[in-house]
Amino acid sequence: MTNPTELSLTELRDALKKKEVTSLEATDAYLARIEKAGDLNAFITVTADKAREMAKASDEKLGRGEGGALEGVPLGIKDLFCTEETLTTAGSHILDGFEPKYESTVTSNLWRDGAVMLGKLNMDEFAMGSSNETSFYGPVVNPWRAEGSDAKLTPGGSSGGSSASVAARLCAGATATDTGGSIRQPASLTATVGVKPTYGRVSRWGVVAFASSLDQAGPLARDVRDAAVMLKSMAGHDPKDSTSVDRPVPDYEAALGGSLKGLKVGVPKEYRIDGMPAEIEQLWQSGVDWMKDAGCEIVDISLPLTKYALPVYYIVAPAEASSNLARYDGVKYGHRAKDYDDILSMYENTRAEGFGDEVKRRILVGTYVLSAGYYDAYYLRAQKVRKRIFDEFVEAFSKVDLILTPSAPSAAFELGAKMNDPVQMYLNDVFTVTANLAGLPGASVPAGLDKDGLPLGLQLLAKPFDEETMFKGMHALEQAAGFDVTPEEWWA
Amino acid sequence: MSIDKDTVRKVAHLARIAEPEERLEPLAAELNGILGWIEQLNEVDIEGVEAMASTVDVQLPMRDDVLQDGPTGGGQPENVTANAPKSEDNFFVVPKVVE
Repeated sequence: MTNPTELSLTELRDALKKKEVTSLEATDAYLARIEKAGDLNAFITVTADKAREMAKASDEKLGRGEGGALEGVPLGIKDLFCTEETLTTAGSHILDGFEPKYESTVTSNLWRDGAVMLGKLNMDEFAMGSSNETSFYGPVVNPWRAEGSDAKLTPGGSSGGSSASVAARLCAGATATDTGGSIRQPASLTATVGVKPTYGRVSRWGVVAFASSLDQAGPLARDVRDAAVMLKSMAGHDPKDSTSVDRPVPDYEAALGGSLKGLKVGVPKEYRIDGMPAEIEQLWQSGVDWMKDAGCEIVDISLPLTKYALPVYYIVAPAEASSNLARYDGVKYGHRAKDYDDILSMYENTRAEGFGDEVKRRILVGTYVLSAGYYDAYYLRAQKVRKRIFDEFVEAFSKVDLILTPSAPSAAFELGAKMNDPVQMYLNDVFTVTANLAGLPGASVPAGLDKDGLPLGLQLLAKPFDEETMFKGMHALEQAAGFDVTPEEWWA
Repeated sequence: MSIDKDTVRKVAHLARIAEPEERLEPLAAELNGILGWIEQLNEVDIEGVEAMASTVDVQLPMRDDVLQDGPTGGGQPENVTANAPKSEDNFFVVPKVVE
């Protein structure tokens, strides 16, 4: 038997069903790898005892020929998902010691289907960041390094612990969340597959809120099939989330390999931005050729409002965040300042100590754009531009079935390189943020390496709730790219 | 619309975040950097466009007005206060609010 950590999620699932390996063996093998990978800083909490307990329960079910779609498969969970009686930090000092009394719907669904929890994954504080450097627990390090260099690179963000742990094979798959690109950009930077579903496809209940009209959870996985299987388990209607949509969850795995003949793929010219490396442009062209070879018709489309998406996002997201994060007041959970004179200074000191610089910056921007006298000029205007961006996509998707773009404007960059310039950091999400504003499904698939040997991804966007067509397209890209490189294990 | 030190002080107070006096100038510069970049939205024609708050086109669902089972239900004050930095007899303890 090969090392179970070498198997993809679906290969492991099948091997477990055939009893070629036990869940406890797989779980122990992953825990051993996690222990050696401290240099990556991917985990905030490792739940080894709980993992072994869950694995043993799975082995009993598998022994009886029973078990769910993910029975015995060890997963990592982004630390934004509330897990019952298990520390949940959102990467923030202000949630010190927080052990929820309930389980998020997404993780409940995964445990229902038999998955095993290895631990909680590092992330940017409250998912605000594109490099995992805003985490109170320190940055995650990308398993990938540039050829001939030992400089530490970002695994992307905010789901940096998820992308790094999947790329380094510290788990069979991971949960992640995407508010402006936090699943797809890390996927692109680590050669993993990341899927942001349609807004409303996956329940947000029990996921620590950042920007509620944009947040959506999804899988980060080694390949497209793994992502399809994970999303099926994660998705579904949940009465506890009033924005969760009540429609059946298709079998995404069954969609893989289907014919793409006659599908129309849009290529938006506005995604060709100044300063984008030529390699990304070339890779995008390869993607176009691959889709053509698969039988698709390529259609040039125009999305002229694209450049306004990030400025809209940096009004809407901080506005919603300033409201959502008002709950951290030192009363109900987490950190409370030691020194204060009255209730007001208790709030102010608690929040000053508990939040990091980027979170404070966004709360201040959000508070400002919602404040009297500025609401119309900023917030209301942003919501109207958002509507126009949405309409532009509706129009585009009346002509095409999928849209193909690069996932990120660069490969992984060095830790520290962009921390002093917030706007430069925000530009990481230039290709991904439109899908959040319009509520569309989007995914990143590994497609190639740049001249330094660093991975680059391609993004597919689809119509609302048409993840099946998106998965079909992702599978075709994956097949054509034939990407099978893994990072050298310098950390072990 | 440029933000000065006094505006940052006011906004930080509204946001209930203590910012020391020496941080107000640098913060004003940072916020102006971000808001200056956002100003480009003024180029977009929004005449007659309706504001969009959500992409989900559904009516807010209603449920029967009965106590729920599980974590969203009632009658579990010990769970509600379990993570409080300071609590007593299932009450949150805070500094005196009313003199």
